[in-house]
Amino acid sequence: MSTTHPPTGPGASAAPAVEARGVSRTFDSRSGEVVALTGVDLTVRAGEFVALIGPSGCGKSTLLRLIADLDQPTAGELTVFGRTPRAARQNQDYGIAFQQAGLLPWRTVRANVELPLELHGTGRAARGARARELLDLVGLAEFAEHHPHQLSGGMQQRVAIARALAESPSLLLMDEPFGALDEMTREHMQTELLRLRAETGAAVVFVTHSIPEAVYLSDRVVVMSARPGRVREIVSVALGDAADRSEDLREDVAFFDRVRAVRESLHGTGNGTGNGTGAGTGTSTGAATGAGRGADAR
Amino acid sequence: MRRAVVGAAGVLALALLWEGYKLLAPDDGVVVGDVTVLPRANDVAMPHLWDMVARAFEPVSSATGAPPLWLAVLQASAFTLGVAAVGWVVGVVVGLLVATVMQRFRTAASALLPWVVLSQTVPLIALAPLVRRWGSQLETGALDWQDWMSVAVIASYLAFFPVSVGALRGFSSPDAVHLDLMRSYGVGWWRTFGRLRAPAAVPYLLPALRLAAANAVVGTVVAEVSIGLRGGVGRMIVEFGASASADPAKQWSPIAGAVLVGLVAAGACALVGLALARYRVSEVS
Amino acid sequence: MRSVDRARILLAPVLLGLLALAAWQAAVVVLELRPFVVPSPTAIAGELVEHADLIATASLATARNAFVGLVVGVLVAVAGAALSSGARLIDEASAPLVTAAAVVPIVALAPVLYTMFGAGAQTARVIVAAIVAFVPVYVNTLRGLRTVAPVHRDLLHVYAATRRQAVVAVTLPGALPFFFTGLRVASSLAVISALVAEYFGGPVDGLGKAITSAVSSSSYALAWAYVVGSVLTGLVFYCATSALERGVLGRRP
Repeated sequence: MSTTHPPTGPGASAAPAVEARGVSRTFDSRSGEVVALTGVDLTVRAGEFVALIGPSGCGKSTLLRLIADLDQPTAGELTVFGRTPRAARQNQDYGIAFQQAGLLPWRTVRANVELPLELHGTGRAARGARARELLDLVGLAEFAEHHPHQLSGGMQQRVAIARALAESPSLLLMDEPFGALDEMTREHMQTELLRLRAETGAAVVFVTHSIPEAVYLSDRVVVMSARPGRVREIVSVALGDAADRSEDLREDVAFFDRVRAVRESLHGTGNGTGNGTGAGTGTSTGAATGAGRGADAR
Repeated sequence: MRRAVVGAAGVLALALLWEGYKLLAPDDGVVVGDVTVLPRANDVAMPHLWDMVARAFEPVSSATGAPPLWLAVLQASAFTLGVAAVGWVVGVVVGLLVATVMQRFRTAASALLPWVVLSQTVPLIALAPLVRRWGSQLETGALDWQDWMSVAVIASYLAFFPVSVGALRGFSSPDAVHLDLMRSYGVGWWRTFGRLRAPAAVPYLLPALRLAAANAVVGTVVAEVSIGLRGGVGRMIVEFGASASADPAKQWSPIAGAVLVGLVAAGACALVGLALARYRVSEVS
Repeated sequence: MRSVDRARILLAPVLLGLLALAAWQAAVVVLELRPFVVPSPTAIAGELVEHADLIATASLATARNAFVGLVVGVLVAVAGAALSSGARLIDEASAPLVTAAAVVPIVALAPVLYTMFGAGAQTARVIVAAIVAFVPVYVNTLRGLRTVAPVHRDLLHVYAATRRQAVVAVTLPGALPFFFTGLRVASSLAVISALVAEYFGGPVDGLGKAITSAVSSSSYALAWAYVVGSVLTGLVFYCATSALERGVLGRRP
């Protein structure tokens, strides 16, 4: 049960999980250049849980895809554990889960979890043992020989998360993994994710639309704004370690407080809706560009 | 542009393969045991491409006043295309009717659909020779049954299947939310059909129409041969093929004619597609 | 409720078929239709029983050509689709030829094929069946090889999978259902075209030849019995490919 792997390689443990300096991404389209992301500065420390939140088109998924080396920035510096994203990908430093579970429909649940191990040459017996361990972890051991279409959406997503954890990565990238689930399943999955994270100690970059989800899960919430996509503000949540968080937290005053802070940041601060708490409660303007300047989320 | 150039190169490569094989291969082909595994390359079996072209500009026969071969082939192709078009129209109309009935009544769908599918998995085109006698001996009141009508019947039989299956899929394709919307407007089946099902079927129907056209052409050419209908390009292929040893390049002109008929039919369907362009958001096949 | 549905699905087509047969028989008897228009179902059934061996021989001859043609056509189609999905140049160069082959009556080539391969051999019929079977398998397989869900492509990229690994893990299994769709169409077409090629010449065996010779000797009921033979042959091919498909894809959604 060795689930916490420190990053390998010289000096890697000292390097942050993700470091972005002035990262931009522009797309060419028929109607000219579209700036999806501009001037993003962000550091995710090893073992830290960071949520990216913002309106549609703010570039939060683009940023995740840049970290995963599914896309390349047009400007700026981006490193993952001190390496280029490409080297990090080839070294399998991270696991990833998408909004769609993306399971291969012709493989059983077990074979889906084994896929990355199989591709990277792990032996059959070791694969099987690891898959059992992971399916236990996400509570799907009895569904190992089922096919994905026999599972509900939430169960499929749990399989996808087990798959992302297969090689004990020190960084998990998650792109709205609970976006398609109903609220009840969603809250359950969030608590499960907290437990998994406490057990593995991996850093997580988590893209979401949901303010309570971001606050419940994260150490810090990166609030982004659209057109052009940029970091507006980074809100520290500081509600304790993942292991200490539980369902009770959802009804805690401190929780509501942080939710309000993120909401006000999202909608642009200083419109008089808050009663002053937003200013002082752990809200730190990070290395983001001018907070609340013009670019209203709506 | 690039596609056109590369595509033309592909056609050219086929021509080069033909002439290259003819140049290198033995005249009697390659025979293993009793079976000719590679074709004979002599001038009777594989005439030079330029001989085929040259032959097209000579008269059809030695009779005085005979038109040039290409003109005769063109006329025959037009005739075949006409019969195929009649078969196609009949097949499309019948196919649409069958699909509409199947969409309207579930029992009709479960009763008919297996037979519709079955009708295509089986080579009922084998019936063609049996339809032959209808032409000479069938008279129903004022309607004098003509041979070309038998050919058109067979063409329409082949054309109807893809249309009925494609249209049924298309008519059933609207989302439940759209059907619920029409229900909430208190609109009846016919107006739902006109406003929702029919337009939604277009993306399914266009590939079906293309397939139906190709089937109608094949059906016409084959039925011309098996029924023995004169005047079309199918009959011409067999006739000229029979005299191939004396005049080997001649039979290639009607073959080119058959290819032309197929391409024109496909082109006509592309025009239908252009006319319905605004319904083709996403084409399915 | 479910048994009603099942009855509808199973019973309705059978009832309709019986009804059609009865109507056919009645029409022939009541309207005194002469055999050249249509013989009665009972007359056809009588010939079918009496000449079962002849019909079986003819069916086997045609089925053999169709089968060999189908196998050759499918092998070439799969190899071609693999090449075309790998090399854009080959794909673009062959596009007009494949498009033409889909809309052109291939059987029109039968007479020249008889000259090229000998009118006494079955080769021409096999080749016609092979070309006709090639088209749907090639088109569908190529489409299948190109249809990779973006999320799966991203996943394999994230895993730094080699091209070969990606093909084995995602592309090939994803293309299989497309291949079988093409194969099902091709199997029916192969029988039809092998039979039809017989109308254009060649040796005197097979269902097509049998039908024409029965018609020319005015044995209409026998000709219809041969047609029933061709129907059964077509059905065997269709059911065999469907069974193969179900065997391979069985546990998929």
